Amino acid sequence: MKSPDREWLKKRLMPGVIIILIAFVVLFARLVYLQIIEGDEFRRLSKNNCIRLKSVEASRGLIYDRNGVLLVDNRPWFNLEIVLKDAVPVNETLGKLADFIGVSVDEFTEKIEEKGRFSRYKPFLLRKGLSRDQLAVVEAHKFDLPGVVIDVKSRRNYIYKKRAAHLIGYLGEINKKELKNGRYSGVRAGDSIGRSGAEKVFEDLLRGKRGGEQIEVDASGRLVRVIKRVDSISGKNIFLTLDNVLQQKAESMLKGKAGAVVAIDPNNGDVLVMASAPSFDLNDFIGGISFKNWNALISDSKRPIVNKAVQGEYPPASTYKIVTAIAALEEGVIDKNRSWFCPGYYKYGNRRYRCWKKWGHGEMNVLDAIEQSCDVFFYHAGEETGVDALAQYARGCGFDKITGIELENERPGLIPTSAWKRKRYNVPWQGGETLSIAIGQGFDLVTPLQMAVFIAAVGNDGTIYRPRILKSVQIPGQNAVVVKRPEITGGLPAGRKTLKIVKQGLFNVVQGERGTARAIRIKGIDIAGKTGTAQVFSIKNRDRHDNESLAYSLRDHAWFVCYAPAKDPVIAVSVLVEHGEHGSTAAAPIAGEIIKLYLKQKGLMDERG
Amino acid sequence: MFDRRLVEDFDWGLLLITVLILGVGLSVLYSAVTAGDCGGVHPLFKKQLVWICGGFIVMCISFMVHYQFLDKGSVAFYTVCVGLLMAVLLCGKHIGGSRRWLALGPFTMQPSELMKLSMIIVLSSVYSISASEHGLSFKGLVKPGLFLLIPFMLIVNQPDLGTALLLLFIAACMTLFVKVEKRVFYTCLGFAASAVPLVWFLLKDYQKSRILTFLNPERDPLGAGYHIIQSKIAIGSGMLFGKGYLKGTQNALSFLPEQHTDFILSVLAEEWGLAGCSFLLLLYFLLLLWGFNVSYCCRDKFGSILAFGITIMIFWQVFINIGMVMGLMPVVGVPLPLISYGGSSIVTNMVGIGILLNISMRNFTAN
Repeated sequence: MKSPDREWLKKRLMPGVIIILIAFVVLFARLVYLQIIEGDEFRRLSKNNCIRLKSVEASRGLIYDRNGVLLVDNRPWFNLEIVLKDAVPVNETLGKLADFIGVSVDEFTEKIEEKGRFSRYKPFLLRKGLSRDQLAVVEAHKFDLPGVVIDVKSRRNYIYKKRAAHLIGYLGEINKKELKNGRYSGVRAGDSIGRSGAEKVFEDLLRGKRGGEQIEVDASGRLVRVIKRVDSISGKNIFLTLDNVLQQKAESMLKGKAGAVVAIDPNNGDVLVMASAPSFDLNDFIGGISFKNWNALISDSKRPIVNKAVQGEYPPASTYKIVTAIAALEEGVIDKNRSWFCPGYYKYGNRRYRCWKKWGHGEMNVLDAIEQSCDVFFYHAGEETGVDALAQYARGCGFDKITGIELENERPGLIPTSAWKRKRYNVPWQGGETLSIAIGQGFDLVTPLQMAVFIAAVGNDGTIYRPRILKSVQIPGQNAVVVKRPEITGGLPAGRKTLKIVKQGLFNVVQGERGTARAIRIKGIDIAGKTGTAQVFSIKNRDRHDNESLAYSLRDHAWFVCYAPAKDPVIAVSVLVEHGEHGSTAAAPIAGEIIKLYLKQKGLMDERG
Repeated sequence: MFDRRLVEDFDWGLLLITVLILGVGLSVLYSAVTAGDCGGVHPLFKKQLVWICGGFIVMCISFMVHYQFLDKGSVAFYTVCVGLLMAVLLCGKHIGGSRRWLALGPFTMQPSELMKLSMIIVLSSVYSISASEHGLSFKGLVKPGLFLLIPFMLIVNQPDLGTALLLLFIAACMTLFVKVEKRVFYTCLGFAASAVPLVWFLLKDYQKSRILTFLNPERDPLGAGYHIIQSKIAIGSGMLFGKGYLKGTQNALSFLPEQHTDFILSVLAEEWGLAGCSFLLLLYFLLLLWGFNVSYCCRDKFGSILAFGITIMIFWQVFINIGMVMGLMPVVGVPLPLISYGGSSIVTNMVGIGILLNISMRNFTAN
């Protein structure tokens, strides 16, 4: 009963057998063709692995400043490699090689032993970055050194060494994990990728696409012909928003100090200057930084590796009075005319909160208080506004959050609220703490970049731009293209009236009779700004005018934030000098010099003065 | 009910052919991973030995139990495999731009390999009921079509076009084997022919470029094209009798890591020449004929279709792989059964042969 049902199925096997037979005949015929008919030719090509693949490196994109000044380019870099299979007798070859380039042969043998398992047919890297002399000797004795190969690669060259090192960033060899995660396409072991700064965040723009060649070589490894070639594609060149001349000025003025300078174009958020001192030489990182150099960098108490402009968090001190003034004006706590008397201190509970001016400022309204940086006025204004309202305005001004610049590891700073303190320390907010934060001390922390973005927004009447470091991108041989329009991330929580008062106050700081920064007044330029002197360490009854006798690390930080020209500003600057003591003497002159240079460059300086 | 006839009827011939092929594979693998290297026995070789031992164990399991149980458990097995494929898409291991592997402690497995077997079993189960002398109608193709489509799409997404197409070929062969109505056959053919330009039109440029390179490796002289040239040089340079065992030179340099996986035949061809290759082809041909014979002798439809499916699975892998290394076919990730390095492939093929042994030794009449 079952059998007849299946007979038809069995018959259908026959075509299958025939198809398989045909398929195997085809395979066999192909074997005969390759191994017998073409066999001699393939045998010839197989000797010494004649057909090889040669990688064609893609050059990494160049980095320019906003005016087209070349900051970073590429230089050839010669690596010494050896193909062990060709380098017979190996020990003799290694010995000769070591003699020629003046190193101990042990260096090579140890390297080879360390590596363990690897192919004797593939080039093995003996030494990175031969000097010109070493290269000449090796090339001259090429025929005494079988299997020795010079691999020409290109390496980064940071033309101005330490210039804008934090912003530009360095490269480092890709690690195994990164190779695996697929984030970097077309990258191989041994390749370098951006590790910090612009080199890292614009990695995908800067990195080119590797090409290669199928080549035929003769028995001694010399090129016979190129069979096929896939051209490499160069990386894109990038133009930073940075102004090399201003950057140089900023760095030279920070020389010997620790601190940061940020300058921004208030009309679009372009970062014109981003200096962090002390800096480091980017060229030290090429081919891997030496242990000694790295150790020196990370053990330096002035933290050269840290980009203080975006990662340094400091008490804003008196520069923060701008925020307090905005909050108090907007909340209606004060108006243009409301004044308090400053006797040199403010008694809160049984504690005296002092004004920086021991003997007091006398009667102060908001304009006077900004101009002379009276602490007592802002104690009153801050107390009446309250900690949480102050914090709300500070957030609106861009604090307590990152600015969103392209750079990585940006710090958000900190603006406390009563809820934050309860959560963090499990104790209620103390009224006296409001006084401290109203003048930018206490828990308040900001970065120099945040301060620059903020003061730029004050200068341009309230628009907060996302700071940016990439101006345009260029495919080599084509015109540079602007890839992103300026991006507005918010507006200051301040009406026109409030801003007008605040800006008048800032104008008086430099231009007024009693302004705290009147010393930097420059003929022909109206600068508006605010000084700040941030307490690092508070000693009871410490005389704030006797800083010189204090140890360096206990001295105050000096701040100055400003924009110029006061009407329709084209530049906003934020300067922080760690332990620089007085904003007016340590920080303000740096800003003044940068502004002078920039306005001259722009032809906006009124020389008639 | 253990039957003495099970031992008497054991298919020693099939086992012998299998062991011979495995032996050839191990010796070639040894050469492939050792050549040009400094150091002792390569860990890959040891790993492969472990896999083969494991393969023998699962092979034994798969012929112990009566294959009728496979019929009953087919859908469950199939569901598990589809689940594994989904797991791969969700949390699989990335190697070389695709997700094909699941990590299991020190080993990784490739569920798409297992998927082939489970699809063959489930199709055999479906066709053993629906197939008749008149051929299948459209309606009869819906269920098998779905059983193919689910894993097909999952594997295409990995992306592993080669294995996906392999699945399609196996399913198509099995369907043709159990016969379809003429009008169904021609309609499907016409449909497929008209779908090709339509799909082509919908593809994005980079996808088109990928397919063109797939069909013509010369377009990618630094990748697949280079592998093919090296493979052809290696095979051709073997000439009639080869360069001798462990004396091959091509495999030492050029196309790691594929030389021990998909391109392993080129190592054999270089060292053993046409003689060695012919011997291997002969072994495979015998294996396939043997598989057909098992199908022929089997007394029920399920076993017959299953044996055919497994045999055709081995055939397609052999044909595609050998065609590929000789430059006749696109470069796809299809390993050479029982020879290429790779646990999932070894185990899958050995289980397949275990099932063939199973069917073969139970083909006595049940009277």
